Amino acid sequence: MFLFNFGANVKDNRPVNLDFTTFKLPLPAITSILHRISGAILFFGIAGLLYLLDTSLGSPEGFASVTEWLGNPIVKLVIWAGVAALLYHLIAGVKHLIMDLGIGETLSGGVLGAKIVIVLAVLSIVVAGIWIW
Amino acid sequence: MVTNVSSFGRSGLFDWVVQRVSAVILASYTLCILSTLLLNPDMTYPEWQLVFDSFSMRFFTLLTLLAILAHGWIGMWTISTDYLTTRMMGGKGTVLRIGFQLLCIGLTLLYLVWGIDILWGN
Ligand code: HEM
Repeated sequence: MFLFNFGANVKDNRPVNLDFTTFKLPLPAITSILHRISGAILFFGIAGLLYLLDTSLGSPEGFASVTEWLGNPIVKLVIWAGVAALLYHLIAGVKHLIMDLGIGETLSGGVLGAKIVIVLAVLSIVVAGIWIW
Repeated sequence: MVTNVSSFGRSGLFDWVVQRVSAVILASYTLCILSTLLLNPDMTYPEWQLVFDSFSMRFFTLLTLLAILAHGWIGMWTISTDYLTTRMMGGKGTVLRIGFQLLCIGLTLLYLVWGIDILWGN
């Protein structure tokens, strides 16, 4: 009936425990929620990227001002945060795709995968920080 | 076919496939842009313009915008139906969820049109 379904007809009567205070989060759960958070940040961050692309391609003056903004320490910090979200989402996303192929779909595989994601993400984010500064 | 908890494509499986195909496109574009910036640290305006002048780069960028449209919408829809519910939010859950989803649809369409305008507008 509708082109988009807004999820209103999700059945409400299933048993559920969503009491966050009784949750213990294992490592794979932490990497998973970080993937979700980074995805949401990216979704809104695209606006900033498009603005930078628009300005820098629009005119030589625009390009010069973008270059100048990128020299500002606070802008650098924001860019770093955005790049960090992108790198994290990328690495955790690729791990997700690898697991979808059926690789590492065990409890120990899941924990190992989460550890690899953390290590690669921290490394790449540090390298990105060095590159930006 | 069961289309009860359906979404973007009226079926969870379809969404799942779209989310994965778009993820691969987004990953490739990310690596492409990052390596371009890494390999050319001191780019000038004419060089930068040239990058986005080629047909292949415009095509790739447009493809990526379309991937963002699908990937972002499916992702944000998933998030909204997890948290913005009457169970989590009480009576306002439905209104909050639909409002949030409309915001996301609006933004994602804006991104697409804006991107096309950047690529072909000037
Ligand atoms: C850089 C390449 C990217 C890869 C490899 C990637 C990969 C993925 C994958 C595999 C999922 C599915 C997770 C699941 O089914 O539970 C996902 C979810 C998501 N992605 Fe991406 N993605 C990328 C870029 C982006 C971008 C640019 C955005 C922003 C528009 C984004 C926003 C999201 C959101 C909001 C979710 C939903 C998170 C959730 O349901 O927990 N992603 N991503």
